Amino acid sequence: MTYIYAILVLSLLGGSLSVLLLIADRFLADYGPCRITVNEREPFIVDGGCTLLNALYEQRIFIPSACGGQGTCGFCKVDVLDGGGPVLPTELPFLSKAEIAADTRLACQVKVKQALVLRIHPDYFNIQQFRAVVTAAKMLTPDTREILLELIEPQEIVFHPSQYIQVEVPSTDELTVRAYSISSPPGRKIEIELVVRLIPGGLGSTYLHSVEIDQELTFTGPYGEFVLDDDVETELICVAGGCGIAPMRSLIRHIYEVSPHRKCRLFFGVRKIEDVMYMEEFQQLASQMPNFQMHYALSEPKHSPQWKGETGFIHQSVAKHLEAGGRRQVFLCGPPLMIEATLKVLDKKEISRDQIFYDEF
Amino acid sequence: MPDFSITGVAVIFLAAILTNNILLSKFLGMCSFIAISRNLRTAFGMGISVTFVTFCTAVLNYGIYYGVLVRDAPLCAVDLTYLTFLVLIMVIAGFVQLVEMVIERFSPLLYYNLGIFLPLITVNCAILGVNLLMIDPDRHFGLVQTAAYALGSGLGWLLSICLMAGLRRRLEHADIPRPLQGLGIILIITGLMAMAFMGFAGVADL
Repeated sequence: MTYIYAILVLSLLGGSLSVLLLIADRFLADYGPCRITVNEREPFIVDGGCTLLNALYEQRIFIPSACGGQGTCGFCKVDVLDGGGPVLPTELPFLSKAEIAADTRLACQVKVKQALVLRIHPDYFNIQQFRAVVTAAKMLTPDTREILLELIEPQEIVFHPSQYIQVEVPSTDELTVRAYSISSPPGRKIEIELVVRLIPGGLGSTYLHSVEIDQELTFTGPYGEFVLDDDVETELICVAGGCGIAPMRSLIRHIYEVSPHRKCRLFFGVRKIEDVMYMEEFQQLASQMPNFQMHYALSEPKHSPQWKGETGFIHQSVAKHLEAGGRRQVFLCGPPLMIEATLKVLDKKEISRDQIFYDEF
Repeated sequence: MPDFSITGVAVIFLAAILTNNILLSKFLGMCSFIAISRNLRTAFGMGISVTFVTFCTAVLNYGIYYGVLVRDAPLCAVDLTYLTFLVLIMVIAGFVQLVEMVIERFSPLLYYNLGIFLPLITVNCAILGVNLLMIDPDRHFGLVQTAAYALGSGLGWLLSICLMAGLRRRLEHADIPRPLQGLGIILIITGLMAMAFMGFAGVADL
């Protein structure tokens, strides 16, 4: 008898608490329709409660967000002139004093709770949403997959080498997007290639590793502000770690197509021999581009006795092979530690920071 | 027997704040006390949330304990006191969710400053401590005394965390020996504060 009472009492209590919370959720989390005005355009109405980033996405205004709205990349800056509330501690690391004074906020951290007035960089209105179909896919290394996407609607994409796209990942929750660099050259406008490393538990990479040939997906883009110096006298230095090779492949193949005699160097660091990718492709390019040099290095060579090439971290290779001075533009893409170490090396090589572009992931 | 006079209730209220301060006399709720006391404003916000949750859950749990759980309770004659911990924690957890929603709605800045510690109020032992101490059979608390005790305990916790936040701001400019920097000096100061609060002994006692 006691047990029946005990179960009854606990379930009644649990039930009534849940009902209370549901009612509270209904009244407290409901912000009603909110009006958003962007750059003096016609205002639109969204349902309150979601993040500004997602609200704009629904209106087909695509703000760059390499981290997918997690507040770690700081790319989704917009000026919230009215209704944004106080700047949150999660935004402070990404905003300078001047930006805070100009009401700049991270769109992924601002929640839509009332009418908002925004100012958005006009370039963002050029970013489009694309439908594409997977036409080929292969494993480059045990955990990295290369995926070829053919565009369906719109049929062409215009982008600069080293730009990235954001793939929509199906999820039950709010809209989820993940950013991937385009690894194919911009000359091929009807299709793009991605290089995706599987991160255990990662939403985007798990999805892109599971998509099959002929499956459709949606992405937005192109994003990214790195601009390649078109002057052929400027030497191009690419330093990549792991799947940071993707934008470099796009850059180098672009150079091969437009000015094959341009001086260009690739430094690519991976851990083990299994992680090496695109080596034959770059070797072939090197045989056709007289001024292209490539340096591959393994950071954990003891597991790969058959490796004959360089060993050590990639910034050590940069320190060894790169001579100081000269007109150069440097692109870095890889894990934060690699970027940090390489930046120090580049400082010693007297390359000014405004000629260095980098992307951490 | 419980003392229902206004003086009796006032004594319980004062004792809960000063002499029997839940944090400084029983060292309950230390985790968030140390983590959130860096900044006076967030400390105050946390203190208010803890006070609110303590007060509301104590009153609610008082009703549930004496209405349902004890032997010969009006709603259920069977002795269910062995469920006390489970029921108290359930009510506290539910209530914290509610407070979380309220804070998110009305003060997003506080919501982000409290961060992970807001849901952690659920396992703040000061709150469970107050809820368990009020039903201590030796105390014979009635509803009014429970309310006074819970409110006093919450305010006592608020007082100590705000004092600590103020002290920590001054500590930033103090020359502290390296081995004591950080947690070490905080615990020593908490001990000193506890001793200082002993000075209130005799003002009011439970």
